[in-house]
Amino acid sequence: MVLNSIEKLLEKYDNGETSLREEQQLKEYFAQDNVAPHLESYKVMFQYFNTTKQELYTKDVPLKPKKNFKYQWISVAAVAVLMLGIFIPKMGGDKEIVTFASLTEEEREVYFQTKEALAMLSSNFNKGTSSLSVLSDNFNQGASSFNALGLASESFKVGAEKASYVNELGNTTNKFLKNTKENN
Amino acid sequence: MTQTDFVKLVMPFKDKVFRLAKRLLVSNEEAEDATQEILMKLWRNKLKISDYKNVEAFSMTMTKNFCLDRLKSKQAQNLKIVHSNYQDNNTSLQSQVENRDSVDWVSKIIEELPEQQKIILQLRDIEEYDYEEIAKVVDMNPTAIRVALSRARKTIREKLTNTHSYGVK
Repeated sequence: MVLNSIEKLLEKYDNGETSLREEQQLKEYFAQDNVAPHLESYKVMFQYFNTTKQELYTKDVPLKPKKNFKYQWISVAAVAVLMLGIFIPKMGGDKEIVTFASLTEEEREVYFQTKEALAMLSSNFNKGTSSLSVLSDNFNQGASSFNALGLASESFKVGAEKASYVNELGNTTNKFLKNTKENN
Repeated sequence: MTQTDFVKLVMPFKDKVFRLAKRLLVSNEEAEDATQEILMKLWRNKLKISDYKNVEAFSMTMTKNFCLDRLKSKQAQNLKIVHSNYQDNNTSLQSQVENRDSVDWVSKIIEELPEQQKIILQLRDIEEYDYEEIAKVVDMNPTAIRVALSRARKTIREKLTNTHSYGVK
């Protein structure tokens, strides 16, 4: 019974007419141990199909995510900037260590000349400032004398007032004298 | 698409790719290299992957083409070592390890089949694809596929019965 249907299926199978479900049936049949002896060759085939199906790909695939080159270059730039930051101050320091003793004759001369010229400039500058201060002193004096003048004019006014008093006194004495003359 | 998404997408069929590659290239190492190459190609084009309706069929087609190219270049470059004049006299010993050995025989017989039949047999009898899927991969119409498959199956069985006198009816 079973064998009959299997044989029919096998015929279809050989002609490439079986569906996937029928092939599954065949595979199940040949997976068991007691297979009709004249179908041994099929058994070998189906066994082979089953075993190869279990073969797996076990190797790891190195999947590298696509690197963003922009960010990569930013890091390089950052490193460059850091290196510059470290080395440039050092180079500046080397220059400052130059001492007076290590200068050549010519350089010293130039140094002195420069110093002299600067000293001259500064002395002239000082002269300028001192004369400026004299000027400002004079100005101040002028201002103060002006003040004194103001004071003098005020005292003059006071004097004039006093003088008017004296005048009036004189007038009254004159009147008094006249009266005494008329009485005589 | 992140790496985990990609792995999830590829997981179900990477073994199928490997087995098809091994069917065509025979050597295990070659097949591993081919599979890696295919997966790397997919990974590189991961943005385009989502446009394909059937990534698996696409990958299988890629594998088929890649392996056939590989075989062509190999045949052009290297001498193939073929044991065509090799004769096995140890039939008595062979019958002892019959069961295991006959399974090996099947693979050797399949090795001798034409490439097209190899691919179709692999896809149908091992990976259990339906005819439409196979048609996509090999670019043939279903009738032609059935004919090729029938031929392959018959050849295997004939050779098996000849070499091992199996299935004496």
